[in-house]
Amino acid sequence: MTDDRPLIDWTWIVEHLDDIWFRTGQHLSLALISVVAGFAISFALALLVLRDRRAYGPITGAAGVLYTIPSLALFAALVPITGLSTLTAVIPLTLYTLLILVRNIVAGFDTVPPDVREAADAMGMTRLERLRRIELPLAIPLIVAGLRLATVSTIGLVMVVTLIGNNFGGLGLFIKEGIQAFFATKVYVGALLSVGLAVLADVVLVRVERGLTPWARARADRAVG
Amino acid sequence: MTTESAHRAATVEFRHVTKRYATSGPGTPGAVNDLSLSVPAGRICVLVGPSGCGKTTSLKMVNRLIEPTSGQILLDGVDAATRDVTDLRRSIGYVIQQVGLFPHQTIGENVATVPRLLGWPEARRRERAEELLRLVGLDPATYRDRYPTQLSGGERQRVGVARALAADPPIMLMDEPFGAVDPIVRDRLQNEFLRLQEDLAKTILFVTHDIDEAIKMGDLVAVFENGGVLAQFGTPDDILSNPASDFVARFVGSDRGLKRLSLSRVADLELRPVVTARPGDDAADARSRAHADPFHYLLLVDEANRPIGWVDQDEIQTNGSLDAGLAIPMSPLLDRRTTLKDALSMLLDADVQAGIVVDRTGAVRGLVTVDMIAERLRERAPEPTTDPVPEPTSEPASEAASS
Repeated sequence: MTDDRPLIDWTWIVEHLDDIWFRTGQHLSLALISVVAGFAISFALALLVLRDRRAYGPITGAAGVLYTIPSLALFAALVPITGLSTLTAVIPLTLYTLLILVRNIVAGFDTVPPDVREAADAMGMTRLERLRRIELPLAIPLIVAGLRLATVSTIGLVMVVTLIGNNFGGLGLFIKEGIQAFFATKVYVGALLSVGLAVLADVVLVRVERGLTPWARARADRAVG
Repeated sequence: MTTESAHRAATVEFRHVTKRYATSGPGTPGAVNDLSLSVPAGRICVLVGPSGCGKTTSLKMVNRLIEPTSGQILLDGVDAATRDVTDLRRSIGYVIQQVGLFPHQTIGENVATVPRLLGWPEARRRERAEELLRLVGLDPATYRDRYPTQLSGGERQRVGVARALAADPPIMLMDEPFGAVDPIVRDRLQNEFLRLQEDLAKTILFVTHDIDEAIKMGDLVAVFENGGVLAQFGTPDDILSNPASDFVARFVGSDRGLKRLSLSRVADLELRPVVTARPGDDAADARSRAHADPFHYLLLVDEANRPIGWVDQDEIQTNGSLDAGLAIPMSPLLDRRTTLKDALSMLLDADVQAGIVVDRTGAVRGLVTVDMIAERLRERAPEPTTDPVPEPTSEPASEAASS
């Protein structure tokens, strides 16, 4: 780092607010698209597992293998196929969420007590009604726990995307440029904002979970006797 | 009772129903072997037996949570297997020991589950849920918006019953519904349920492993033995007085004579008359009347004929008027609907020979003595009853004893 500039150059920040804003948005949207896509795929896979337990081993096995592929290698491997498009960033990010999400969604459904499931059947709910009205709401705490993990780790991974192209680098680009130019402010802006995004996303998800599970709070003021 | 119940019920008939499990032969726990029995509309049939005897399997075959291997189950003459399974289940109430309330729904929503599936409008669902909560003794304003975790075991079980009744099903299946609560709460829930049933008159299949509960709750009792074989099917009195096999005799227990007492009520006995007098009455007259009676005591009563206490006939003055101060503590008060078993136990507890039977206004009707109950116990075969349905237990005396 050169020493003729302060650690945080506020003038630079003020002059580049537009740029900061744009890259933060880009970072967040890459992460969101990936998590949403990952959730959709994971949910479908989890339903498959609910239908037939034997699918659980192969599905989590495959997701586990994907998870072990180094991210940089996977991004690079996709470049010849999908070029330097957003898809090249989104596909690996999506694949990395699968292991966490499939496991948590299945575990969420598994928390539904057998007597509750039996009662739902005995009341004459169809499979879909039981899923929508009983199992899904009860699985929410674990599903959201999975989403929080997946979201936070994806926001971190987006940083790596920057290494394969500048046009969709998100906040990682600031860090790359900052290091190349020995300009600390850019590094800090990139790092702190990505941490901020991760924390913010986590807080939002916790709020969403609370809103969706009013009964969980009822436990706290359980009636006596 | 504020129920809109249409008092409809259906017959349930098992015809050679067998359930085998692939794992092994007919002895598998839960298997059912050639079960045939018929439950008339509006009656409670209790399926009782040791664990693994197939009683729960039999119950679950009615709403097809389990499909029979062979045989038919006819509901009002229609084979359950031919009906749409969703429709079938929505028309059958189901109560289980673990209750199975939906933890994420309020009590009101839980109770309105089947009405919601049936597409009732919201206002009607809400009204029905409130009506049912009142029916099972829970104040709607207090309980409607709570969640199951905020209720006690007994309260949850009431909600379970309310939920099963929501769409006014003609048939109810109950699998050890009162098995998970303590004995005092269980006794109260049983009594309340029998009182409800008086009005609802549903056809109920009720599973328990407890012979006492079977005798108390059942109009009819089906005793199962291991291997899913029906050992005996009859009224509680049949089962107690004429066990069909050694197995049934052992299962109902060596105290079956004593258990039969719980099937008879004070009203079934011819009450012993009692000499009564009021404070202020002529003592000499009272004394001579008391001495004319073989029973050693005179009963002091108030203007409304309600008992005040006993006076030993030898303590009565030879002249003047009777003084309420002479009265000594009273015997237990019984009511015409008290079971003889409860009556005997109350007399033994109070260490007295006679209990005073009072009517609804508290006025004296007569006496029941330990000897009279013992006499009843000695009668060998029960008289054939014209009405095989015992009156539901709802007498204040037994409730007082249990709470």
